[in-house]
Amino acid sequence: MNEMTVKIIVAVCYVILAPILGGLLDGIGRKISARMQRRVGPPILQPFHDLGKLLHKDPIHVAPSQNFLMMSYLFFVILTGGMIFLGMDLLMSMFILSTAVMFLYFAATVTGSPYSTIGATRELLQMVAYEPCVLLTCVGFYIVRGSFETAEIINGDISPIAYLPGIFVAFIFILTIKMRKSPFDISTSHHPNQEIVRGITSEIGAKNFAVFTLAEWYETVFLMGMVALFIVNKNPISIPVAIVVAFLVYFLELLIDNCSARMKADKMIKLSWMVTIIAAGANLLALIYIFK
Amino acid sequence: MYNITRSPWVMHYDGSSCNGCDIEVLACLTPVYDAERFGIINTGDPMQADILLVTGGINTQNAPVVKQLYDQMSDPKVVVAVGVCACTGGVFKDCYNILGGADQVIPVDVYVPGCAARPQAIIDGIVKGIGVFQERLEKMEKGELKNQEEKEEAGKEE
Amino acid sequence: MLDYAVPFLICFPFLISLFLLCSGKSKIGNSIARIGAVVIFVASVAFFVARGIQFGFGTVKELYVNTEIADYVILAGEVLLVLVVTFLCFKYKKYWISLLSIIPTAAIIIVEETAAKENIAHIFIDRLAMLMVLLVGAIGSLIIIYAVGYMEGYHNHHKEVQDRRNYFLALLFMFMGAMFGFVTCASLTWLIFFWECTSVCSFLLIGYTRSEEAVNNSFRALWMNLLGGVALVSGVIYFHNLFGTFSARGILDTIQMIGPYASQMFGITLYIPVALIAFAALTKSAQMPFSTWLLGAMVAPTPSSTLLHSATMVKAGIYILIRLAPLMQGNPVGMFVALIGAFTFLSTSFMAISQSDAKKVLAMSTISNLGLMVACAGIGTPETVWACVFLMLFHAVSKSMLFQVVGATENSLHSRDVEDFHGLLYILPKHAMFLFIGITGMFLAPFGMLISKWSALKGMTDDKHALIVMIIVFGSALTSFYWGKIMGKLIAHPHKKKEVKDVTHVGEYVSFWIHMITMVLMVVFFPVISSFYVDPTVGNVEMIGSTANIAAIPQSTLYILVGMLLLVFLIPLVMYFSGKGEESTQKLAYMGGINTGKNNGFVDSFGEEKYLWMTNYYYEKMLSVERLMKPCQFIATIIILVIACLLCGSWIGGMLG
Repeated sequence: MNEMTVKIIVAVCYVILAPILGGLLDGIGRKISARMQRRVGPPILQPFHDLGKLLHKDPIHVAPSQNFLMMSYLFFVILTGGMIFLGMDLLMSMFILSTAVMFLYFAATVTGSPYSTIGATRELLQMVAYEPCVLLTCVGFYIVRGSFETAEIINGDISPIAYLPGIFVAFIFILTIKMRKSPFDISTSHHPNQEIVRGITSEIGAKNFAVFTLAEWYETVFLMGMVALFIVNKNPISIPVAIVVAFLVYFLELLIDNCSARMKADKMIKLSWMVTIIAAGANLLALIYIFK
Repeated sequence: MYNITRSPWVMHYDGSSCNGCDIEVLACLTPVYDAERFGIINTGDPMQADILLVTGGINTQNAPVVKQLYDQMSDPKVVVAVGVCACTGGVFKDCYNILGGADQVIPVDVYVPGCAARPQAIIDGIVKGIGVFQERLEKMEKGELKNQEEKEEAGKEE
Repeated sequence: MLDYAVPFLICFPFLISLFLLCSGKSKIGNSIARIGAVVIFVASVAFFVARGIQFGFGTVKELYVNTEIADYVILAGEVLLVLVVTFLCFKYKKYWISLLSIIPTAAIIIVEETAAKENIAHIFIDRLAMLMVLLVGAIGSLIIIYAVGYMEGYHNHHKEVQDRRNYFLALLFMFMGAMFGFVTCASLTWLIFFWECTSVCSFLLIGYTRSEEAVNNSFRALWMNLLGGVALVSGVIYFHNLFGTFSARGILDTIQMIGPYASQMFGITLYIPVALIAFAALTKSAQMPFSTWLLGAMVAPTPSSTLLHSATMVKAGIYILIRLAPLMQGNPVGMFVALIGAFTFLSTSFMAISQSDAKKVLAMSTISNLGLMVACAGIGTPETVWACVFLMLFHAVSKSMLFQVVGATENSLHSRDVEDFHGLLYILPKHAMFLFIGITGMFLAPFGMLISKWSALKGMTDDKHALIVMIIVFGSALTSFYWGKIMGKLIAHPHKKKEVKDVTHVGEYVSFWIHMITMVLMVVFFPVISSFYVDPTVGNVEMIGSTANIAAIPQSTLYILVGMLLLVFLIPLVMYFSGKGEESTQKLAYMGGINTGKNNGFVDSFGEEKYLWMTNYYYEKMLSVERLMKPCQFIATIIILVIACLLCGSWIGGMLG
């Protein structure tokens, strides 16, 4: 029963704290990006102002089903993160994440708008690019700890990264794709680049865009959580270390975002698969045939 | 009342202009003027924009376009006309195809003069527009905005 | 009473088939077929339930030890098949193919007649057989009900094809009878007969239209499947030499008794027959390099592709592999089989991306999913076999539904190009809904494919197959891409409002609904199916190799997973209904401000309205079948040759040493 209470508390904390953390990360990110460009930049709380404004605007849609598709997307993303932070099955949560992405995809294609359809198809391509690596990451954790459950994964003697350096590198690489940061902001196209307007989010405005933003924050938090999984072990000291590493990775993503230009979709797939095969694949082979 | 003044997202529409004002609008985003410190984001998508920044005059071809973009924006919304051409038609005013300023097709809230308008003036105009933006929200939440629009439309028909 | 159920299920379809063949062109065929299908449906479901209640699901039943008359019937059947094949081969001047039929049949008859008479059970029913009976009976009969309506529309359209629909329906019934026999027989000689019977039936079905393309494709299917038959016969004769029996149970029991010493006792000699039979299974389930026959089968009317793809033909190969799985676990044969399966999974997923013909996408995805099943069976650990059985079940239901709906859509829309399915939700809403759900069943939560994939990945990792894990992971990413593409098309805003008349029969809709309900029920009763039918099959004494009665997947994990998946099912529903009352303003889609106002077009620079036309990504230059098929077949052939050389080499080495 006690364990149950703890789990419920963790779940509630996750649902409430994750967007706050995600929003802060977003704000800090924008500030850092601005400083990298020698600008003052918006205040750190800017993302929350944006979210508040979006929620207060008149809700709009292009196709009525967009509203429920976007809400489903948000809930699936929350579910995915919840599963990870509650110590449940990592591989299954990643499968649910791909279901979530499909809902975003549906919300974009259902409008029949050219820009959002292009963006949506590109989102699928991004999925093709990052999914193998995400699944291999789960498999890597499984080999190291003998379980897909995050509760087991954090309970080892040595940090998984000691066994999974290649997979870690590949995961960081596809993180850029997953977070839709430049050079892989292929499906959304960031603020100054508007050749497909806003890509998959073109027809998503006001409340629906707030939902999208929230989902992105949750996503950022559990992706950082997955980065932390590589570090955490039985030793409590590993937790602050993991947090620091997660921040460093986030900073790295910002740096890449700020100093690279958009890539073509085909090139993205080739590159990410190559990195996955070389880094993660070699790591996997070594794990299976040498260590165990 | 919720304060939405900190997050004005701008969509820039270039009418029949000489591109002078457009360059200045982009200059606002550069490190020198850094409009983002006010939370201003230049978005290309009317669905996500709060402020429509029009540069250049309105001609017969782009009039329905401006109207449609304005309609696609979610309430509350504000229109800022940047530069003389967007305000009145400017030097092109007497051309055969020019209808005049942006206010020929959509209600303009803030007029920013200049040829080309300076970045400081543009930012000033947007900040003025933010005030209107907040007022609109208050009106919208009281349910007055739609009534007012209906009245305006009724007035036009007359 | 129940002892007669199996012979009834086998003989009844054959009888109906004979009756249909005799009825010529009369209209009575339709009603006979409908009644026959309903009887088979009821009989197979009733058999499944009653067997469970009467004997308890755990009982393994062996029947029919003395079957002299039946043996003669089977013998006559074998000869008849050879005669049919030879006649047709000579008629179309493909003489050499007839040899593939004559030689193995002659060989097996000679061996059978010279061998000592043995008293073995000829029918054998365990859980896997019961599952297969249910699968074949339920889905097969639904397909026949669908086929009766479909052929009506088909012959109205295709006047150039001679109307032999009673013959077509007769073949479908014959096919089902052969499948029932195949999954329940325990005697390897009977197995060979039913195997050849399915090969010949599929050959005749593919050649139904008698067009040049159909004839060529049917002969391709024939020689590939007969080649598999040759391998099967050789494998069976080899087994007979080793163990002196034709009883599948006998062989498996012997190996189980010897247990871990089997490989020491028999060494390489045990691998050879396993490899031969596995090879036969690969041809039947259309793995690389034999995938082309299943693609060629598309020329036949839709019901036959449905039958070939979902419940019968290709699943026969998987069924054999599941039976063989314990013999393949942890040895080179299994590894190579798994490798071919995984390779097929990846390569056909690539090719599926380049297809815009809906039926071809379905065909590619069938081969690809079969590849996954073959990989699972080849690895042969309880977890992967568990995954394999579930993949088979879910795939059968979803694919049968998808094929039927695509066929019905084609009849109404006069096109089966995915590009023409743009906005199908607004043109043929019901069809779009069924297609959407069917596709969801193929790769998304909440349907069982995901749990099977989960278990497959787990099992493969446990058994240390790094390469296969890598291939599966990449293939599954591609799977989501080509399915996602189609789903996006279905729900998109239509290009042009076109009026389409829905010519789908009520019978077809009944079939769709039953499929859909089955899919949902399978998710809800997932743990039950798993613990009653699948777990004992893979973990219990019914299969050899593992004697412990353990569940492949812990029941608690399963409940959690299913719980999550049901949640996945509920969320969109809740969102849909809770969001209904919400106020939200409708806006036009963004098209640079020149939307015509109908969301399906824009105003061009001359002020004229233009329709918007959007297509999917196909990467045709890179991934076309023409470009990829040959190299992939080449690679797969090399894989097969490598294992063949390995086995031959060590066999010869063993003989010399």
